[in-house]
Amino acid sequence: MKAGRRSFLKNAGLGALGLAASKAFPAGAEGAKAGGGPRWAMLIDTRKCLEEKECAKCAEACHEAHNVPTLPNPRHEVKWIWKENFREAFPDQEAEYFDEVLTSSKMLVFCNHCDKPPCTRVCPTQATWRRADGVVMMDWHRCIGCRYCVAACPYGSRSFNWIDPRPHLANVTPTYPTRTRGVVEKCTFCEERLPEHRSPACVEACEAKAMMFGDLADPTSEIREVLRTRFAVRRRPGLGTHPEIFYLV
Amino acid sequence: MLEKALVGNRSYWGWLALLAGIIAVGAFFYLRQFAVGLGITGLSRDVTWGFYIAQFTFLVGVAASAVMVVLPYYLHNYKAFGKMTILGEFLAIAAVIMCMLFIFVDMGQPTRVLNVILYPTPKSLMFWDMVSLSGYLVLNVLISHVTLDAERKGIAPPSWIKPIIILSIPWAISIHTVTAFLYSGLAARPFWMTAVLAPRFLASAFAAGPALLILMTLLIRRLTRFDPGREPLQRLAVIVTYAMTMNVFLILMELFTGLYSAIPEHVAHFKFLYVGLEGNTTLVPWMWTSVVLAVLALVLLLNPHTRGKEKTLIVACLAVFFSIWIDKGLGMVVTGFVPSPLGHVTSYWPTLPEVAISVGIYAVGALVITIFYHIALSVRGEIAH
Repeated sequence: MKAGRRSFLKNAGLGALGLAASKAFPAGAEGAKAGGGPRWAMLIDTRKCLEEKECAKCAEACHEAHNVPTLPNPRHEVKWIWKENFREAFPDQEAEYFDEVLTSSKMLVFCNHCDKPPCTRVCPTQATWRRADGVVMMDWHRCIGCRYCVAACPYGSRSFNWIDPRPHLANVTPTYPTRTRGVVEKCTFCEERLPEHRSPACVEACEAKAMMFGDLADPTSEIREVLRTRFAVRRRPGLGTHPEIFYLV
Repeated sequence: MLEKALVGNRSYWGWLALLAGIIAVGAFFYLRQFAVGLGITGLSRDVTWGFYIAQFTFLVGVAASAVMVVLPYYLHNYKAFGKMTILGEFLAIAAVIMCMLFIFVDMGQPTRVLNVILYPTPKSLMFWDMVSLSGYLVLNVLISHVTLDAERKGIAPPSWIKPIIILSIPWAISIHTVTAFLYSGLAARPFWMTAVLAPRFLASAFAAGPALLILMTLLIRRLTRFDPGREPLQRLAVIVTYAMTMNVFLILMELFTGLYSAIPEHVAHFKFLYVGLEGNTTLVPWMWTSVVLAVLALVLLLNPHTRGKEKTLIVACLAVFFSIWIDKGLGMVVTGFVPSPLGHVTSYWPTLPEVAISVGIYAVGALVITIFYHIALSVRGEIAH
């Protein structure tokens, strides 16, 4: 009985997240260790993205799909994907004489799903971890809300629920869990869509086709092809976190 | 022995009642926070740790500082601290309890806090902080109980406690070192990522803790018949002098490295502290107050004449305590978040509920200290009779 209740709770917790990591990627999870599974990454063509300066379709789609609330107080803001000034997204880049189109514009930022994530290292309850396919995951049922991961993330990608987010959802997407107050959340690379072989919601919503999602482990993938032929940068590579979001400049 | 806590005069009970009232106010506001969430604090998306975590950090130092009376007495056989060790240990117990409460009230999901034990994670420094703090609490409860019990019976403490007391010395160092590691291992926060953070924490702790102990000893000497004599207080004052000098020295090391290297992300934090950043000067008046108090304290402490006089020593100890409290209890934690890794400057100031909860926790500490000191002095009263 005990074991039954325990596994029920466990499954309920993971079930609420969509699908358990192991179930979603039965081959991928093990395969990646042997070098065979996928390793998800994203590529952003900043020039294409900047064509529509006011466009926020990706963020809207993401926040709608994942029940990210719109909070009245900016201090309590929760966001998974948003636009940030070039200098702030890339503080290491001395941008004085760059093309103004670039430096005066806003860059799309979200969780980098680092290969060596500093956030998962500090979590005292293993409520956030890196999957073998590269997705940095969150367990909102285990998180104690200590915000150590927020302090450790060099990209400001993590949000904390300072108040109950549920009253601040215009529409609730029933297929995705809502969160409670007092837990940390962030982009999960749409892990709920990956087993269905669907691209992340932001990629799908981008009309300019400025975002590309792909498998770095596959040398023949489109994303690898672009990375081979064009110059891409990552945010703050000097910290050794190995971000998996690439920016074409 | 605990029954001695129940016997006291009117002022004893009046003081306890006052503290209980303050605790009740804190508890009221905590229930509000529990219902609404941490949104009722001044914290925000960019400044995610604030007053609670800063008080925790400061108090870990106070707890660790008990070692400054324990070490001379047990390792160097410095007899003059004989009457003081129990006060140091009780102060440590109260401080650790306050630390744990400050961590607890900072949790977004306090009901899940035992997950830290259910899913022990050695790669997280927070796990080690829990281990070292709770271990330190157990050590001090055990040591103070055994030694005080022996004193009550008029016998020497059992010999098995000696190695445990010796163990408590490196353990005290460890609690503040691990607390510093919570911060100094984060590449995202250049202000904290300095190897000198742990030594600086220890130096400031060994100044602020003994300064508090001197002040409390003088206070209970006024209120009771307890009198440790002049020598231990003067010796503690020397310890405060050395530690405070070291602390100021280490702060200057930080400033030199940060400012002379002129790396913008390092300089920005010091700007925020001492001159303000992007018009935000929240901490500037406080930090300069801390500087002035530190200079005042050093002048009064380094001069043997003013250190030797009780009145000026009191001023010096108050200056040390508040200078370090501002530095650690206000400046150190928040500045790690300002500017944020993305360069944003967000102002933070604790709200009324946040302050009321914090004052409530300090009142819990005061209550614990009052009761424990009362017990210790009652036991000693028995011996005198």
